[in-house]
Amino acid sequence: MGVLFYIAAVVAVIAALNVVLRQTPVYSALSLIVVLASLAAIYLLLGAPLIAMIQVIVYAGAIMVLFVLVIMLLNAGRETPSRGSRFARWAGPPLLVVFFAEFATLVWKQFGLAGPAAPAALDASPRAVGQLLFSSYVLPFEVTSILILVAVLGAVVLAKKQL
Amino acid sequence: MIPLSHVLLLSMILFTLGAAGFIIRRNVITVFMCIELMLNAVNLAFIAFAWHRVDLNGQLFVFFVIVVAAAEAAVGLAIIVALYRNRGSLAIDDVDSMKL
Repeated sequence: MGVLFYIAAVVAVIAALNVVLRQTPVYSALSLIVVLASLAAIYLLLGAPLIAMIQVIVYAGAIMVLFVLVIMLLNAGRETPSRGSRFARWAGPPLLVVFFAEFATLVWKQFGLAGPAAPAALDASPRAVGQLLFSSYVLPFEVTSILILVAVLGAVVLAKKQL
Repeated sequence: MIPLSHVLLLSMILFTLGAAGFIIRRNVITVFMCIELMLNAVNLAFIAFAWHRVDLNGQLFVFFVIVVAAAEAAVGLAIIVALYRNRGSLAIDDVDSMKL
């Protein structure tokens, strides 16, 4: 199980690097699908089978299809090199390194280098998740349905020919 | 077994990569994908803590984050289409009307 996690983690990091470094959006989108799929595998290893399935169906399926479709619709090719944002190029990388170091020390202080291992098994079957979803979280669940409705209406209005 | 700190480290690496892409990429669609990458890094941290603390609530949070991300992707991509229709370009350097 541990080996599978490290394989999926290495695949995710390499694909994420590919997302960031590629200049053509289609390659970034395809690499992002690889990241999402390996994250789904990690969710499966961390005892979240339902979330792993949702990740594959909603993220890698629906959302990324939307991305690829928009890339094809707008015929997005190689990006043009930047004219501005010299500040971002100079200050960005050091700040990101500081950001990462800060997070890493926080985790290291809290959990150590090879932190706590797996605790007792968690019952995350679709039945358990569904029961929690429809008891404690029933109001947020209904609110999200309104959110999705508003988002769909907004997307249709925004993408119309006459704004 | 998988130590919690390694999962959190992976989550941080993915988040930092997403932030880096947000800064260095000049294409609106790629910038948007980097935001999705950061959202996924946070989801991984939620799942890791839910697993570590034997608490199902973290997984419910991930569920809601995915729902909101789907709504965000729909609206965001519609905005990108409207942007392209009005400006004829996908470069974020061309979208600077609010710059002082």
